[in-house]
Amino acid sequence: MLNALWQGKALPVLVVAAIIGLFWYAGSILLNADLQRDAFVNAGKTDYSTSELIAGTFAQERPKLPTPGQIMAELYKTVIDTAPTSKRSLIYHGSVTLSATLLGFLIGSALGMGLAILVVHVRSLDKSLMPWVVASQTIPIIALAPMIVVILNQFDVTGLIPKAVIAAYLSFFPVTVGMVKGLRSPDPLQLDLMRTYSASRLQTFFMLRVPASVPFLFASLKVGVAASLVGTVVAELTKSEDGGFGARLLAGSYYGQTIQIWAALFAAAACAWALVSLIGVADRIVTRGMGARP
Amino acid sequence: MSSSRVIDINDLSLTFETNDGPVHALSNVSLGIEKGDFVSLIGPSGCGKTTLLRVIADLEHPSSGTLSINGMTPEQARLKRAYGYVFQAPALYPWRTIGKNIALPLEIMGFSKEERASRVKRGLDLVNLTGFENKFPWQLSGGMQQRASIARALSFDPDLLLMDEPFGALDEIVRDKLNEQLLRLWEKTQKTVVFVTHSIPEAVFLSTKIVVMSPRPGKIHDIIECNFPRDRTLDIRETPEFLDVANRVRQGLREGHSYVD
Repeated sequence: MLNALWQGKALPVLVVAAIIGLFWYAGSILLNADLQRDAFVNAGKTDYSTSELIAGTFAQERPKLPTPGQIMAELYKTVIDTAPTSKRSLIYHGSVTLSATLLGFLIGSALGMGLAILVVHVRSLDKSLMPWVVASQTIPIIALAPMIVVILNQFDVTGLIPKAVIAAYLSFFPVTVGMVKGLRSPDPLQLDLMRTYSASRLQTFFMLRVPASVPFLFASLKVGVAASLVGTVVAELTKSEDGGFGARLLAGSYYGQTIQIWAALFAAAACAWALVSLIGVADRIVTRGMGARP
Repeated sequence: MSSSRVIDINDLSLTFETNDGPVHALSNVSLGIEKGDFVSLIGPSGCGKTTLLRVIADLEHPSSGTLSINGMTPEQARLKRAYGYVFQAPALYPWRTIGKNIALPLEIMGFSKEERASRVKRGLDLVNLTGFENKFPWQLSGGMQQRASIARALSFDPDLLLMDEPFGALDEIVRDKLNEQLLRLWEKTQKTVVFVTHSIPEAVFLSTKIVVMSPRPGKIHDIIECNFPRDRTLDIRETPEFLDVANRVRQGLREGHSYVD
């Protein structure tokens, strides 16, 4: 039984989680102790034991570092106990973030694939376009996001779209780079073979380049979808009136609600993990169908 | 030019321009190949045998000289799909099953679905791979993969088969078996074959004509006729006649300085 656990992934993951948890609780004690001492002093309590102090650091309302337990409790409260329609529900904020993430991811991947096809087939674009594609990613998104929101607002584009645009801005890059590499991955022999059949460019593209690019595409889609979520959260910091994880982070930091911030971070991480896993599943199904070794 | 002449090469030269100066891959090569011939190009690495095959296939362009295939330029011949090419490696597409790999040229050339199915079936049968249609390439041994690639080259029934060291990467036991199978195939289909190799026994066993090439610059040193009966088997390799031809090939290679440096 234990042996089976060791060979699977479950036990190693649990052990690592336990070690992180241990350090986390120690960190909570260390970081929150000063506040707790002040709290005891303000309450006129002078003779408190160490265990009382530690228990106090685990139960503050606005700790510098909330414990995993506090974060889980907050998650339970805002995910399970709150109606999904409420503005206090993380389900509500999650759905706001996810819809912009997915729309942005779709736009970004489509754009990335389109750019890759152009770059691979038009030699001059490889030289002229690629440097701009790379340059686009050197600008910090946090600086660019408000400008995109303001400019799009000028054209009466509001709501979901501006956030999706920012998400797309981050996600098209890995897809472009991965897809370019994938479309160029056929070796000279495979290309020569097409030439001996005097295949057209279109046939070579669809029967050789596209299938050869699939593993590369999925790898970059995984990076792209995570980048898309980051882009959406950054956009929501600027455009917080619609809600979303970003808005939740912002509100939390206004009011010093550290537990709320951490809960939103955890929820965002869980969403990113779920999205990447979904693409991983699609990857496995597609590449298995294409003859990949199990 | 006789009517049965399939390939006619006249004073062909090819020079690659490299950073270290020009490399004379082929120099003044002239060669005629008749219909139904099995011609082996033999020589050490760098003698231009593969380059010559690639020029015939229009994968390289000669610097000077002429080359015609059934009276057409190599490009016209390629566009008319006049030849099937078997590479050194099987070059099967890993995302296609064996059957789909064999059907690849048929798809490109626009054969109907029914026609593709029947030709794939015939091709698999021809190379003894019946039952492997739905396997992926990685599930087959190297020898089986190469057989599949031969079936692929034959699927659209070209009259000319160009083979570039197709069995070079295989062990000798498998190679012997495939040599015999290829000979039977050639006997059955009456195709014209141009075959690149660096194995003397392989060349002597398979060929009607052995073209001995020498390197730097790549040129034809000697052409040896070799007319064993078409239904020969591997046993022929023990006969004095066989050893005699093999010795002449070896002699030719030596004279061409193939064994120096």
